[in-house]
Amino acid sequence: MSQSTSKLARMWDSDVAYSFRRSPVTIIAAIVALTIILGAVFAPWIAPHNPFDPSSLNLMDGFSRPMVPNEFSGNTYLMGTDNQGRDIFSTILYGARISLFVGFAAVAFGMILGITAGLVAAWRGGWVDSLLMRIADVQLSFPSILIALLIFGIARGVIPTNMRETMAIWVLIVAIGLSDWVQFARVVRGAAMVEKNKEYVQAARVIGVHPARIIFSHILPNVLGPVLVIATISLALAVISEATLSFLGVGVPPTQPSLGTLIGNGQKYLFSGEWWILLFPSATLLALALSVNLLGDWLRDALNPRLK
Amino acid sequence: MAEPLIRVENLWRKFDVSKPFLNRVIEREEKQFLTATADVSFEINRGETFALVGESGSGKSTIAKMMVGLVGISGGKISFDGRDMAGLSPKELRDLRRRFQMIFQDPFASLNPRWRVGDIIAEPMITFGMANATDARKEAERLLGVVGLSAKDAEKFPHEFSGGQRQRIAIARALSSKPEFIVCDEPTSALDVSVQAQILNLMRDLQDELGLTYLFISHDLSVVRHMANRIGVLYLGRLVEVSEAKALFKEPQHPYTRMLLEAVPDLALSGRRRKSVEGEIPNPISPPPGCSFHPRCPLVRPECKLAIPGRRPTPIGSAACIAIGETATL
Repeated sequence: MSQSTSKLARMWDSDVAYSFRRSPVTIIAAIVALTIILGAVFAPWIAPHNPFDPSSLNLMDGFSRPMVPNEFSGNTYLMGTDNQGRDIFSTILYGARISLFVGFAAVAFGMILGITAGLVAAWRGGWVDSLLMRIADVQLSFPSILIALLIFGIARGVIPTNMRETMAIWVLIVAIGLSDWVQFARVVRGAAMVEKNKEYVQAARVIGVHPARIIFSHILPNVLGPVLVIATISLALAVISEATLSFLGVGVPPTQPSLGTLIGNGQKYLFSGEWWILLFPSATLLALALSVNLLGDWLRDALNPRLK
Repeated sequence: MAEPLIRVENLWRKFDVSKPFLNRVIEREEKQFLTATADVSFEINRGETFALVGESGSGKSTIAKMMVGLVGISGGKISFDGRDMAGLSPKELRDLRRRFQMIFQDPFASLNPRWRVGDIIAEPMITFGMANATDARKEAERLLGVVGLSAKDAEKFPHEFSGGQRQRIAIARALSSKPEFIVCDEPTSALDVSVQAQILNLMRDLQDELGLTYLFISHDLSVVRHMANRIGVLYLGRLVEVSEAKALFKEPQHPYTRMLLEAVPDLALSGRRRKSVEGEIPNPISPPPGCSFHPRCPLVRPECKLAIPGRRPTPIGSAACIAIGETATL
C-alpha cells in the first residue's frame, strides 16, 4: 500500500507532471480530449437515443432545432435532429466512437509497422536500410490521403462484394495505418542508430545477447520517447484522415456513421438553413483534433531535455 | 613458462572507407581502405596486465574490440587459452565469451539508462544461464558490495550515480560472469583525476583477489605506469615496441616511445625540460612508406623510407626500429 502511494506521489512530482500542472492550455486540452473520449467509450450508456435502432426513430422528429420543442411531436433535442429524426447528440457520441476506434487502431498499426521497420533498418544497415528508407521516401512524396485512397481502391477490388460492408472499417484502419508508418520508421531509425553505437549495446553484444533481445529490450525502450509524441499527433491526423475519407464517401459504410459521415451528411442541409446538422459534428471533430494536437505539442516539449 | 592466456598473431584490420558505390562510379575513384591494425602480435600471460598505449587514431580501441568480437578481423588470429577464436562452434564461442568481458570508456553510455542497476549487473549471468533471476539478483547485490557500493543500489537507475560510481557498476557487470580476462578500454579517461585512482586501485585489488588478466588500453602514460606489467606501444596500427613496464619508463627503446615519455608532465618538478610531441599522426589511409614513423623521427635515415622494420629483441622486450642499440646517445 505504502509503495503504491509513494509511486503515485513520485509520478505527481515528476518533471512531466510538473510541466503539465504549469500549463493551463494543456490542462484544458486534456479535459476536452478526455471528455470526448469518455463520451465515445460510454456512448451506449450516455446517449439519450440509439440512432442505429430504426424502431426508435420517428420521422415526425426530423429537422428539430436544437433546444426547441419539435412543432409536430413536441420532443426537445439538445443538438437537434437530422432529416430522419436522429438525435444529433447521440449520433455524435456514436460517431466519435467509430472515429476514435479507427484512429487508435490505425495509429497502433502504423506504429507497430513503423517501429519494426525503423529498428530493422537501423540494426541491419546496408541494403536493408537503403531499401526500407527509399520505400519511405517514395511514399512521403505522395499525399497520405492519396495513399489511403489507393489502398482503399485496391481493397475494393480484392474483397468480395458481400464482405465489403463488414470489412470496410478494417480496410480503413489498414489504409490510414499504412499511410503514416513512415514518420515512425524515420524517427525510430534515427534514434536507434544513435543508441546502437552506444556502449551499453556493445556491452550486450560482447556477452552474446541475441540481437532480437538487444533490439527489443535495450534499444526499443530508449527510442520510445519521440515515438510517443508522434503517436499523439498521428492520432489527431488519423481521426482527420478518417473523417476526410468518410466525408468523401469511401470510408466507413453509412450503417456505421463516423464524424466524417455526419459532416458529409450535414453539409447537404447547410444552405437550406438546418445548420446544426453540420455544425455540431464539425465542432466535435475540431475540438478533438485540436486538443489532441495540443497535448502532442506539450508532450514534445515536456520530453525534450533541451527545453528544460 | 606456461602457455599465455592470450596470443595475438599478425592481426590485421582494414576498414572500407570508400564512398558509396554510385559516387565511386561517377567520380571514378578506387575503393579506399583504412588500415587500423597492421601485423600486430603480442601475448598476455595469466594474471598480468598488458597495456596498449598510443595516440588517438593509433588503433588501440580497434584491437580491444577485435579481442571481444565486436569488430571482425581482416587477417591473423587471436587465440584464447590455446584455442583459435575464429574456428569455434557457436556453443564453444558462447562458453568462451563467458570467460572474457569488457569495461568501456564512457560510464555514461555503457549502462542502459532505462534499466535498473541490479538488472544491468545480472544480465551476463542470465544470458549465460549461470543463474535464475532470483539468484542473479542476489549475486548482483553481492557484487555491488564487492565494488564498494551498497546492495540497495540495485534498485536504482544509472542516472542516480556519479561517473566513478557508474564505472564501479560497469566493473560489477564485467565481473558477474566470473571472467578470467577483462578488456579495459580507457576505463578512467572519462573520470575526474581524483576518482581515477580509486577505480584503478579497485581494479588492481580485484585482480589480486580473483586472479584476473587485463588488457588495458590507454593514452595516459601515468595511468599505464600504475597498472601495467608489460606495455605495448602502438603507432599507426603497428606495435612499435613491447617492453617490461618499469624498464620502459627508465629506458625506452623506440624513438617514438621516447618522444611520448618526454611529453609527460613532470609532477616531481625536477626541472627537466618537457618536449612536446612533434608533428601529428599521419593519415592511416595513405601511411608513409617504410617505417611509418620516419616523418617524425629525430633519427631518420634513408633506409627508414624503404622497408618496414620488424620487431627485434631488446634487453627489455622488443622494438621495431633499425636504429635499436645505436640510439643510446640521443
